[in-house]
Amino acid sequence: MSWNLALDLQQMLQFHFMQNAFLATAVTALVAGPLGYFVVLRAQTFAAHALSHAGFTGAVAALLLGIPPLAGLLPVGVASALGMGMLEDRRTGRQSDGIAIAAVFTFGLGLGLLFLTLYPGQAEDAYSILFGGVLSISDGDLETISVAGLAALVGLVLIGRPLLFASLDPDVALARGVPTRLLSTVFLALLAFAVAEAIQVVGTLLIFALVVTPAATAQLVTARPARAIALSTALALLFAWVGIFIAFYADPYSVVGFYVTTLATGAYLLARATSGLGRRPNPFRAGNRSP
Amino acid sequence: MSPTWLAEFSANPIADISSILANSFMRNAALAATAVAVIGGMAGYFVIMRRLVFAGEALSHVAFTAAMGSLLLGFDPLMGVFVITVAVAAGVASVARTTPSYDVPLGITLAWVLGLGALLLTIYTSSSSGSANGAGGINALFGSVLGIDGRDALIAAAVAVAGIVLLMVIARPLLFASLDPVVAGVRGVPGRLVSVVFLMILAASVTEAVQVVGALLTLALLVMPAAIATRWAVRPSRAILLAIAVGLLITWSGLTLGYYLPYPVSFFITTLGFGLYVLTRAAEMLGRLKAARA
Repeated sequence: MSWNLALDLQQMLQFHFMQNAFLATAVTALVAGPLGYFVVLRAQTFAAHALSHAGFTGAVAALLLGIPPLAGLLPVGVASALGMGMLEDRRTGRQSDGIAIAAVFTFGLGLGLLFLTLYPGQAEDAYSILFGGVLSISDGDLETISVAGLAALVGLVLIGRPLLFASLDPDVALARGVPTRLLSTVFLALLAFAVAEAIQVVGTLLIFALVVTPAATAQLVTARPARAIALSTALALLFAWVGIFIAFYADPYSVVGFYVTTLATGAYLLARATSGLGRRPNPFRAGNRSP
Repeated sequence: MSPTWLAEFSANPIADISSILANSFMRNAALAATAVAVIGGMAGYFVIMRRLVFAGEALSHVAFTAAMGSLLLGFDPLMGVFVITVAVAAGVASVARTTPSYDVPLGITLAWVLGLGALLLTIYTSSSSGSANGAGGINALFGSVLGIDGRDALIAAAVAVAGIVLLMVIARPLLFASLDPVVAGVRGVPGRLVSVVFLMILAASVTEAVQVVGALLTLALLVMPAAIATRWAVRPSRAILLAIAVGLLITWSGLTLGYYLPYPVSFFITTLGFGLYVLTRAAEMLGRLKAARA
């Protein structure tokens, strides 16, 4: 490393795998930013977390069957989203009690463990699913990541307006005939798409860092949906790229996930520490909504 | 799957149980599993009442990172995880202004803790002592109940007994504060203290569950039995007893299946818990349909 940014980047981008890493992360951030905005707004962090864990099962199933990762990730992710939607108890009110989520994801991960036992490969394969393998993304992976990312974004654009309405004021939305339950399940399924991609970058266990943390930071800074979405996307991209940059030079400790989570969490703490300084209270700010 | 695995199985349950318990590793596993089923069922009831499912999940990730840290620093794995997890729970509960169920800050912390765990795991597996044992991380994540030694099983039992006693001591104020925090506060229940103590007990239960089913699957023992029980029983004492019974049923069945079949015990435990939960919900739905028709 030369401490000359331009030179370092030039050196780094000579490697094809680094080009793929930067591109794959860019796609992931573009999808994670907007979806993350809604995850935080709807307080569905636990569901996002559980879906990301379900991704482990999908990825190991794909390994076991010898099919492309995405072909395992998407069905398992969407099935988990549907399962959570179906088992969610209507009596518990707007804020999920987390039981349906816990039920689906412990079962899903247990299955993932079974697949892992059946798979004759190495523990390293499991680690790369759990904690990410962004430095080993192939051209084919990049293509599928882009297609799935585009599909998730198109889906989000289609349900964006009613989803925003249902997120901000569920009771009024319901009264106006917005199918809030259906929207919630569809949203979780879109999230499963985003997770399926982000897994290749940061791994199942650390997707949070790209989906939730940038969005939570953005919502501390601005209340306006469009701005918050743009900001959370930009932050996700920034953290992911800087994380890859650090990981490239931190060999043998190239744990992209750790650098990404640390950057993202640092930014969140900074935003929390400085928010509320000389600003009027923001009604949609994460901390102001009572659970 | 080789058929020899099933060769030991006979249709005589008493002979089967005695042949299972003839193995010291199965006795240790049964002791640890029993301990976690009892404390998990009790604590799980309050986890659901206080809506702390996500907090329980977060604590189990803390336990994973603590396990990696203990491996790396050469601490005793069990005691290292136990001390670190309980300390984190106590710290978070005393600092947090509101109940720690609130999900965004919790999720963010959890992501970072896992990231740290990933780093520690990488350092550990790339170090000379860890490269020989790449499965250490997988065991911490998914459990290795059949690998628990006698000493760890005894520690698990002792921690569970201490946790159960403590939980019984605070059960009444805890229940009051969980059901109606405002009135409980007015009546002089020290809500803050009770909440901190409970989170510490939860952290201890999480540590136990990590040994049995692993950090990723702790909720299968901390939440699922109580989730099933609270759907059949409303009274707290009955719900807690039922949760313990369900916990014992799924852990013992899981161990037995894992003994005869070449598949992981954790998988059987999570699947049994999920199956019972789905059956419970289906039974409720049928009941509602019948009531609607009548």
